[in-house]
Amino acid sequence: MTDNILIIHSKDNVAVALRTLGVGDFATAKGIEGFPALEEIPASHKIALRNISKGEEIIKYGEIVAVSTRDIKKGEWVHTHNLESKRWKK
Amino acid sequence: MRRVSDITGYKRKDGKFGIRNHVLILPTVSCVNGVVHRISREVPDVVCLPHAYGCGRGGPRDLTILFRILSGLVHHPNVGGVVLIGLGCEVSNTKSLLSLIKDAGKPVEVFDVQKDGGSLKTAKKGVAAARQILSEISSQQRAAIPWDKLLVAMECGGSDAMSGVTANVAMGALSDWLIENGATVIFGENTEMIGTTHVLARRAKNTEVAKQIEEMIERAEKLTHEVMGDLASLVISPGNMDGGMSTIAEKSMGCIFKGGTTTINQVVDYGEVPSERGLILQDGPGYDGDSMAGLAASGSQLMFFSTGRGTPAGFPALPVIKVASNTRIYDAMRDDMDVNAGSLVEGQPLNGLRTEMIDLMIRVINGEKTKAEANGMDVFTLMTVHPPF
Repeated sequence: MTDNILIIHSKDNVAVALRTLGVGDFATAKGIEGFPALEEIPASHKIALRNISKGEEIIKYGEIVAVSTRDIKKGEWVHTHNLESKRWKK
Repeated sequence: MRRVSDITGYKRKDGKFGIRNHVLILPTVSCVNGVVHRISREVPDVVCLPHAYGCGRGGPRDLTILFRILSGLVHHPNVGGVVLIGLGCEVSNTKSLLSLIKDAGKPVEVFDVQKDGGSLKTAKKGVAAARQILSEISSQQRAAIPWDKLLVAMECGGSDAMSGVTANVAMGALSDWLIENGATVIFGENTEMIGTTHVLARRAKNTEVAKQIEEMIERAEKLTHEVMGDLASLVISPGNMDGGMSTIAEKSMGCIFKGGTTTINQVVDYGEVPSERGLILQDGPGYDGDSMAGLAASGSQLMFFSTGRGTPAGFPALPVIKVASNTRIYDAMRDDMDVNAGSLVEGQPLNGLRTEMIDLMIRVINGEKTKAEANGMDVFTLMTVHPPF
């Protein structure tokens, strides 16, 4: 089965959907066990690779790109509705 | 591990290596562009660089940039000889430029339209000089290039949501490989570093370089606000967010990742030649043409250029390898794209794509033409800071 998510860096707690994943679709990438998407993840958007607590840093490219604003479950969509910029607050 | 003998090029008197051996026809001012075009029609093997500058911009910053870029292109290792075409009354006249290029160590012939009998006679003299230089340098043979003599530029333009996920990630992996093998990598586009100060400064080799990175990004952000006002927030736009980017830091990470993950050893000014090795940042603009000119004048022999929307642009005398971020644009612009990083989405592992890019890079260094090179998609513009008067 070909990968449908891309983990850019080993430290990342989010991965990028390589195509749109529907609810219940298994997210797969080399080196990890597949897990279901809990909601629709649009192509090129982020999916949580593990449970992320409120206030925890969102790591992509091995770097902090945002901070979560609520608890995020593994398999959930990670975007502006559940994170904020550390720098430019809305 | 690659062998040293894998790559070849032309050894220059200053110890640098070119991967091409071009004769440049370089005007000092836009007024003589027609003469340059005439020469290139008669001698198609030359590389000509018509441009819009040379006069009418008198500020010290603009003049510094102009002279640095023009002299940087004369000194460029891919250039074996130069025919310089001046007018006579321009600011960046041949006399001023010659003082900066007297140690070029390669044939440079100079003509001025006002002294050499007007445009037609100057073009005729330029044609003869170009043919003479071409014949003179044609006997130069390629020699093995040590990897530590290689300076590779990384650029992105016409980006889409996948640029920072596929193409720039692959270019980042390649950057790390190049530096591990002794080469130097340079990238610029300071507006696309906004939001990543914490990442880049931490990777600086010392506090001085860290401070330069902080100041460079702060200036870029301030300038963006000054120029764009309320529209500055469009640096992260609704379109970016639809594409899955949630914050400015995330968007910029996708841009800077093309330089890989190694220590940043130096920040150079726009068009300045690095004195350090490893990973180098250039304090230059995001606009593709201007950025490419700065990276070229810094002496990079080769450039990788990622694109998602699809730009065919290349740079004169510098092979530019176009990396498509998605298969759709790769297929739609097959004649312009060299690499399909969209293959990552179809299951190609990153390591495999990197190996493919290394193999292509070696072939290009050794003489294979890139698409932009073969198609003649040369663009030459440069950064200016003030309007003309």
